[in-house]
Amino acid sequence: MENLRLLFDAPILTVQLLLDGILIGAIFALAAYGMMLVWGVLNIINVAQGELVMLGGYVAFFLFKAGINPLFGVPVAAALLFVVGWLLYRVVIFRIVDKDLFISILATFGLSILIQQLAKVAFSPDVRTPQAGFGTISMFGGAVTVTWIKIISFAAALTTGGVLVWFLRGTRMGQAIRATAQNARAARVMGIDTDRVYAWTFGVNAAICGASGALVAMTYLVDPYIGLPYTIRSFMIVIVAGLGNISAVLATAIGLGAAENISAFLFGAEYQIAFVYGLLVVILISRRIVLARQRRYLA
Amino acid sequence: MTPILEVTRVRKTFGGVVANRDVSLSVPEGKIYGLIGPNGSGKTTLFSSIVGTHPIDSGSIKFRGEEVSRLRVPQIARLGLLRTFQQTRIYGKMTCVQNLLISVPPAALSWRSMLARPSAAETKKAEDLLQFVGLHAKRHLRAGDLSFGQQKLLELAMALMSEPRMLLLDEPTAGINPTLINDLIDRLRRINAELGITLLVIEHNMRVVMGLAQYIYCLAHGELLAEGEPAAVKSDKRVIEAYLGAH
Amino acid sequence: MKRSILRAAVLAFLIAFPALLPAWRTQMSYLVIMIVFSLTWDLLGGQMGYNSFGNVLFFGIGMYVCAVVQRDAHFSYPATLALGIAAGAAAAVAVAAILGSGILGLRGHYFAIGTLGLGIAAGELAAGWDFVGGGGGMVPPQYPGALGGRETFFYYLAAALAVATFFTLRWLYGGRFGLAVNAIRDDEDKAEAMGLWTTRYKTAAWCVSAFFLGIGGAIVGNVSGFIDPRETAFAGSTYGVWMVLMAILGGKGTLWGPVLGAVIFHITKELFWTYLLDWQQVALGFLIVVIVIFFPVGILGWAREKWPEKFGHRVEEAKPAEASG
Ligand SMILES: Nc1ncnc2c1ncn2[C@@H]1O[C@H](COP(=O)(O)OP(=O)(O)OP(=O)(O)O)[C@@H](O)[C@H]1O
Ligand SMILES: [Mg+2]
Repeated sequence: MENLRLLFDAPILTVQLLLDGILIGAIFALAAYGMMLVWGVLNIINVAQGELVMLGGYVAFFLFKAGINPLFGVPVAAALLFVVGWLLYRVVIFRIVDKDLFISILATFGLSILIQQLAKVAFSPDVRTPQAGFGTISMFGGAVTVTWIKIISFAAALTTGGVLVWFLRGTRMGQAIRATAQNARAARVMGIDTDRVYAWTFGVNAAICGASGALVAMTYLVDPYIGLPYTIRSFMIVIVAGLGNISAVLATAIGLGAAENISAFLFGAEYQIAFVYGLLVVILISRRIVLARQRRYLA
Repeated sequence: MTPILEVTRVRKTFGGVVANRDVSLSVPEGKIYGLIGPNGSGKTTLFSSIVGTHPIDSGSIKFRGEEVSRLRVPQIARLGLLRTFQQTRIYGKMTCVQNLLISVPPAALSWRSMLARPSAAETKKAEDLLQFVGLHAKRHLRAGDLSFGQQKLLELAMALMSEPRMLLLDEPTAGINPTLINDLIDRLRRINAELGITLLVIEHNMRVVMGLAQYIYCLAHGELLAEGEPAAVKSDKRVIEAYLGAH
Repeated sequence: MKRSILRAAVLAFLIAFPALLPAWRTQMSYLVIMIVFSLTWDLLGGQMGYNSFGNVLFFGIGMYVCAVVQRDAHFSYPATLALGIAAGAAAAVAVAAILGSGILGLRGHYFAIGTLGLGIAAGELAAGWDFVGGGGGMVPPQYPGALGGRETFFYYLAAALAVATFFTLRWLYGGRFGLAVNAIRDDEDKAEAMGLWTTRYKTAAWCVSAFFLGIGGAIVGNVSGFIDPRETAFAGSTYGVWMVLMAILGGKGTLWGPVLGAVIFHITKELFWTYLLDWQQVALGFLIVVIVIFFPVGILGWAREKWPEKFGHRVEEAKPAEASG
């Protein structure tokens, strides 16, 4: 554990790790918020969430390949993925909305495999790294360096989140989505076309996943297999933050980003994914113990 | 004699709704007590609080002298305090006999018994209980295919199979054919007298509850409105008003 | 009566297989392992209503532990193999018990997602651990017997495992264990309200699954002759997905359904897989979506709904004469 000692000996390193974690955390928050939206409104846990992120990443990559700055991938991916999400709803998801959990989880699990493997066939399994081509900035006399793209991504993630909040609060469809989340039957009685609301919700979810995927691709990389960890991260963030609380989602996501970065430094980056899963198991178990003590269930 | 169940100043809120406001009641061992009140007065909520379905905000619930308000559902059930559900809950894809066979007393569910087959005695008891509630002819049908009223009877039989000390029955006569209600009252009395199970019964049918219960608590708007012998409660002005006012 | 003839025929076929079709022994070994996969998945997924996406974890643990014992214990080949299989099974059960008592206290979807990454995480860990060969994998020791004896030997082991799994589960389903896991599937809240130790049953079920999967892993490591952390041992994207698909295809919650599903899936896969090339996994995902949405009861579940009497389900009331008895 010499890396652990390094953390204490060089606090500046900790600052670097935390900073990177915070910057990526905002991107996690987007996908997590989407999962929360779908969970709350459609009562489905979308296992294919991460695959939507992955598709967004490829949008950024193909723009980059076409000579366009992948930063434009953020709005483009959001728009394209909205269509993808809407179609997914119309073809698959609407059939499982009112089915039991077993079916919805297995069906979205099948979807995640389907999308992942289609991406592998269509885009090849290679790792892609679209470059937005901004420089880096140094702080503390070069001890801490941050690439501009991370800062831009952070800002873009917050902006996307802002647009989302505005959409949910300020538009008619957004209000219908929130009403349906509270009580679908009451919403139906009040004349809300819940089927349309569901389609929109899934579309909007896909759109924010797409945006976050484009950001991920620029700051890190994209390949067909990056999806599942994002699904797990989103799930983890939602259950820690609790349904319906956007600022808690952001805070948890940032915490997760920082924890992942530090663990990657301590144990090695190759164990980062294992760390994410391990953390999930730990969170689930400790939540169970806490809830049991309060006479409540996690269900 | 200390009461088998003692509920003291229990409060339960859902968001802004106060479902139970400082409700206190106590049931002595071996009796049949009634719990009445207009729709939405918090009767089912109180049952759920007692058996541990949700946390209560404040107050105390004692079963046989032991504080149970922080225990969880299965722990309370194993102490011998069971409830039936207003909206019946049975194992829908299993047959009626199977429903009973898995409802044996928790004490019979040791680690080792996991591998055991149901004994002849248990099977006999299951069949007898199905006979008792009048479902014997349907014993091999899937429980989910039974009518609502039959499911209520099955659920009652399941509870009896488990040999509880006390049973909380949530509207046992709902969905039961009126001509069979007298039978059911009779059975409930026998459960109490022969098996020695203390009963607390939620009931909307006044005739049933007045005939069955020895003592009655009445809830309204989450608060305890009145209590007393059936005759006294029946003529209590506040109770009559609560019922009339609710409609 | 008819059933016992069927069973005897299946057994005779399994025993005679290496003599009948010697070229297909390895194929057949994989087929019977598929049966173990789908039966053990169905114990949770079908009988108990708990989706597990991580069962392949136990398979990989069994495989690795057995291979390590075979590598490091210096007894005769059969002795180390037996020790390895036992250790593999024990390790798998231990992990199931530890993990299970934690995450099986959770309800359905939390459990499902909680298991989602288990196999993959284990694969990553194994790939980074030099003691078990890291990403380069491991090679189990050479089978000492005659050339070709290896295939027959491990085929019989695998077949015996499948038969043992089948009969153990049949026996378990017939007793209180079966009643309890079915009750948990039908209404877990009710089961808790009746005082059932649900977490205990759930964990036990997972341990039974893990036991047979651990042994299966130990055998497959030797059948394949090479252990890759992600492709053979913790093969979430192949074995891990197949087990779900096979059980649902055949009919979850039935005893013969997973067997049927495994046989149909494996044969179809072997016949058409090679033609699909890159599209294999795409087809898999597609199949899962389609089956789950349009055919969730599976083949046997469908047959059972169509001809309930043939499957021991009565739809009529018992006759009065019988009722009085
Ligand atoms: N889970 C819950 N969440 C929110 N409110 C609830 C919940 N359960 C009950 N309530 C509210 O608490 C109040 C009491 O409900 P409860 O079901 O206890 O009434 P009840 O006396 O059993 O009525 P009924 O005779 O119709 O069965 C009602 O206003 C109900 O809407
Ligand atoms: Mg009620």
